[in-house]
Amino acid sequence: MNIYIASLFEGFWLNIRLFILTLVMAIPLGLVITFGSMSKFRPLKWLVRTFVWIIRGTPLMLQLFVVLYSPGLLFGVPMKSRMTAAIVAFVVNYAAYFSEIYRGGIESIPKGQYEAGAVLGMTKSQVFFRVILLQVIKRIVPPMSNEIITLTKDTALARVIGIAEIIMSAERFTKQGLIWPLFSTGLFFLVFNGVLTLALGWLERKLDYFRV
Amino acid sequence: MPILEVKNISKRFEDTEVIKDISFSLEKGETLSIIGSSGSGKTTLLRCLNFLETPDAGTITVNGEVIFDAADPMSRSEKGIREKRLHFGLVFQSFNIFPQYTALQNVTLAGLLLAKERPDYKARKNEIQEEIINNAKAILDSVGLSSKLDFYPHELSGGQQQRVAIARALALNPDILCFDEPTSALDPELTGEVLRVIRELAERKTTMIIVTHEMSFARQVSDNVLFLDEGVVVEYGPPEQVIGNPGEERTKQFLERYFENGNA
Ligand SMILES: Nc1ncnc2c1ncn2[C@@H]1O[C@H](COP(=O)(O)OP(=O)(O)O)[C@@H](O)[C@H]1O
Ligand SMILES: [Mg+2]
Repeated sequence: MNIYIASLFEGFWLNIRLFILTLVMAIPLGLVITFGSMSKFRPLKWLVRTFVWIIRGTPLMLQLFVVLYSPGLLFGVPMKSRMTAAIVAFVVNYAAYFSEIYRGGIESIPKGQYEAGAVLGMTKSQVFFRVILLQVIKRIVPPMSNEIITLTKDTALARVIGIAEIIMSAERFTKQGLIWPLFSTGLFFLVFNGVLTLALGWLERKLDYFRV
Repeated sequence: MPILEVKNISKRFEDTEVIKDISFSLEKGETLSIIGSSGSGKTTLLRCLNFLETPDAGTITVNGEVIFDAADPMSRSEKGIREKRLHFGLVFQSFNIFPQYTALQNVTLAGLLLAKERPDYKARKNEIQEEIINNAKAILDSVGLSSKLDFYPHELSGGQQQRVAIARALALNPDILCFDEPTSALDPELTGEVLRVIRELAERKTTMIIVTHEMSFARQVSDNVLFLDEGVVVEYGPPEQVIGNPGEERTKQFLERYFENGNA
């Protein structure tokens, strides 16, 4: 029994790594995409918005295959590591979703907040960092929490390109006639998401001292 | 020399000219009220003075210095505007105070940021910050909010929020303080406390431009009243004349409509 559990933990470690790396890179990349999609330079704006539309309009599973195979097919340089392919696909996919959440947050701040800062002699960057940003963060914490919880479960998709994450690890035992390891993977996700929900709830409460 | 001289200011949005060739001047310590129906261009005029809109024509002179000249491309540059707009303060109809800061922080924020640009900031940092905070407390006290320093906006009534906004504008010590219908967003029972604060400012000879629908208030506090209709100055003069005994047909009609609607 210990080998089974050890194998599940080993698999889940891959899910967690993919989860953390995706968050760490997609959160800032999303902001870059937001600035592109809100750019006053029309061609850039439409290019970025089309890109976001494609990413959000196609399955992540398909994007995993595209990232894995297209470097080899198009440029003759195959992806060296499946994990790298998975990370790239997840980061780009989640950055696109995050960028739309950020954009919604930024656009929901009343124009009067910018104007009040401006007439008080603040620079544009002072207005953004001292006045706007925290209000945006407060507004996006709930939708970001949803996306982050979804991400934990999406990491299981990486098995379609051969990443031995937890469900793939468990399936090996199913082929040997043992079903409980597969079913018990759910517990891993539940516990992980439980901790995550507590942490995100704490963040939400931290920002409870003001209203927007 | 007047503290403010506005000459031939015009502003258009696409095809409509919203304010047309507006000129007036203001003496130091004077209170000017601007009245007129909705859509007549009152807000646009105040926004032009505060550089939230760029006039298409005209000049704005403060203390003899031309701070805006539509004919001079230099005066439209982003640089310099920040400094020039500090001649003016603006109190918005919708308060626009910062929700994540307490009353005191709302009043000190801009001053603390501006202080960083002072040459002696490094040497006297603590002293300067203390001065700014003490000044803010004194101003909040003068608008009757000394017991609310650490309250967040959502813990304050609309009238209190607007008084924080007034204190915030006063803290930067502008030459001219502008109000855009400061009581229009308030429940009727809360307008009194805000009008009282503005009245006290007038008594202390604060130079002010007040866009208002409170006709009896305008009559009491103003040195001069300007009636704006469809973007043009129709009548200008002391309140006894413009509100009490208007010479122009359009002013009469505006005031008749106003008093008919049950306002007193
Ligand atoms: N940013 C804008 N774009 C287009 N039209 C505007 C804009 N701001 C104001 N206007 C128009 O200008 C006119 C005057 O508006 P405003 O200055 O707000 O009048 P008031 O404050 O006297 O009610 C209105 O017809 C309004 O629709
Ligand atoms: Mg208005």
